[in-house]
Amino acid sequence: MEIIVSITVGVLVAIGIWMMLDRGLLRVVLGVIVLGNGVNLAVFSAGRLDGRAAAFVTEAGAPALAANPLPQALVLTAIVIGFALFVFALAVLKRSWELHDNVETDRITAVAEEPSPDLPAPPVPAGADAGRRTAGGKRAPTTAGTPAAHEDGTT
Amino acid sequence: MNALVVSPLIIPLATLVATLLARRAPRLVAALSLLGALALTAAGLALVGLAAQGEILASQAGGWAAPYGITLVIDRLSAVMVAITGIVGLATLVFALAHDDDPARCRDFHPLVHGLLVGVCGAFITGDVFNLYVWFEVLLVGSFALLVLGGGKRRLSGTVVYVVLNLVATMMFLLAAGMLYGATGSLNMALLARAFAAGEVPITAHAAVVLMLTAFSIKAALFPVFGWLPASYHVAWTPVSALFAGLLTKVGVYALIRIVTLFWPDAGVAHEVLLWVACATMLIGVLGAAAQTEVRRILSFHIVSQVGYMILGLALATPLALAGAVFYLIHHIVVKANLFFIGGIAARLTGSERLAAMGGLYARAPWLALLFAIPALSLAGIPPLSGFWAKLVLVKASLETSAWIAAAVALVTGIFTLLSMSKIWNEAFLKPHPAGREGERSAAGLQPAVWAVSVLAAMTVLIGLAAGPVMDYAVAAAEQLTTPLGYINAVIRAGGR
Repeated sequence: MEIIVSITVGVLVAIGIWMMLDRGLLRVVLGVIVLGNGVNLAVFSAGRLDGRAAAFVTEAGAPALAANPLPQALVLTAIVIGFALFVFALAVLKRSWELHDNVETDRITAVAEEPSPDLPAPPVPAGADAGRRTAGGKRAPTTAGTPAAHEDGTT
Repeated sequence: MNALVVSPLIIPLATLVATLLARRAPRLVAALSLLGALALTAAGLALVGLAAQGEILASQAGGWAAPYGITLVIDRLSAVMVAITGIVGLATLVFALAHDDDPARCRDFHPLVHGLLVGVCGAFITGDVFNLYVWFEVLLVGSFALLVLGGGKRRLSGTVVYVVLNLVATMMFLLAAGMLYGATGSLNMALLARAFAAGEVPITAHAAVVLMLTAFSIKAALFPVFGWLPASYHVAWTPVSALFAGLLTKVGVYALIRIVTLFWPDAGVAHEVLLWVACATMLIGVLGAAAQTEVRRILSFHIVSQVGYMILGLALATPLALAGAVFYLIHHIVVKANLFFIGGIAARLTGSERLAAMGGLYARAPWLALLFAIPALSLAGIPPLSGFWAKLVLVKASLETSAWIAAAVALVTGIFTLLSMSKIWNEAFLKPHPAGREGERSAAGLQPAVWAVSVLAAMTVLIGLAAGPVMDYAVAAAEQLTTPLGYINAVIRAGGR
């Protein structure tokens, strides 16, 4: 049993790493998931695999045939967290898809390394600034409604 | 269980919930959020006050005895890290008040920052390896959302790099935690430290620690796995990148210090490797900065370089060197966050953060020049500012242990740092603005940002002038780190077995 699980973990990790080396961002994200599952399985197996009894400790002590339940609890936590991270990664992937025409990793890094754009010029001359601030505070949706102006602004 | 021990977790968590509930009222969100950060700072300072008396506070979550329950431990290092987290968090929130031109962004920003702070504080006070993993995940999720806040192609691309590489590091840590449990049957750091000290652990446990340290090295952005940091920090919104610059890599450094001092307290092969890694990190980071032409990209590479100093302190493993590392942590978090803030203000005033398109700040805003000079000179290690004392102690510790090369690298890196800072000074401050007076932007609405920056600059000067008490605290913290028995006993007294 341990042998099978060990080989499975190894294969999963290998597939995960191989997929993460791909140029396509989708493959990379899926690779992270496969790798994560390999790791989860490895943690799971840390608590012994051949437990046949339920892990209830009685007056007589812990049953000898029980598997250690702690790694199972750990893995459950890790799976839940991993799921949340996976969802976030997919959201990022989807948005990249919408913003870039292709989602190749080279392109992604190239965009991140681009020189920073100039900040959008203030909409009103300096003299009228005090008035603009109060107006901006009250009529919030007007500024929020033009995200394109801020899109790549850096401050 | 001691309420003060859990307060670094409860306060940001409660603030997170409160700011989410108050979503519809932006002013209330900001007020609650500032209040929460203020309370966290107060709790952190109270913990420092308690820890300074020399006792290690340990507490079992839910009253469950270790190894079944989760241990929370506060020693001098954790306490000061919590306090500094509160201070930088507070400064970030105040700074962000000056940039609240997009209510939707601010509404999300405040809860996310507190979510991040929960994770950071949790990582600082936990005494359990798996719990540390969970806190890392908490802060990671918060940082993902913060990094991409505001959207845009460039920001999204930086986030992709950050997300993928940090996920891989976290999985390595999870695997290491699983392996460690499989090999030793415990995840409690104190009980593990006792087993390691007694030599009762199989060789696989040592392998798991190596894997764990590799994962932390990625988080701390050490050579050669620092690539994700300069590829992502410069794309975020200014308050976000300042918060990241101050805190996130330092959580990795803290975890490295904690694990190495507990499990491998005696200098060995690992320390030898860390020493070379530290030297390479210092040098490569500062050389990378020399090639950059944007304010935040220069500063990002300097984070890498500065992390090298802290790891140098850890690698030398003498009490003095560890004291230097602790002092460096305290000083660096304040200085680095402040430099990112000032870079943001400079960009607001000149309309760009490309050095070529900046200029004229010295003539126009001499106060900003002064505020920049303080952390910049401190970063380079000019007396009497805080960075000087941090570097002095580390160089002295290197010389004492005959680590000549490390001492030389530390000094050379200081010179290069100064060069890098003078590049920003010449380009952004002294040179006239390339677009003439046309290029100058209004400073209206920047007051909160200036307050935040001024307070942090004052702290830098204060740490420099009152280096004695801070150094005493750092030395005492290092003493606790070099004698893990105190830590182990405190946890056992609190209910461990």
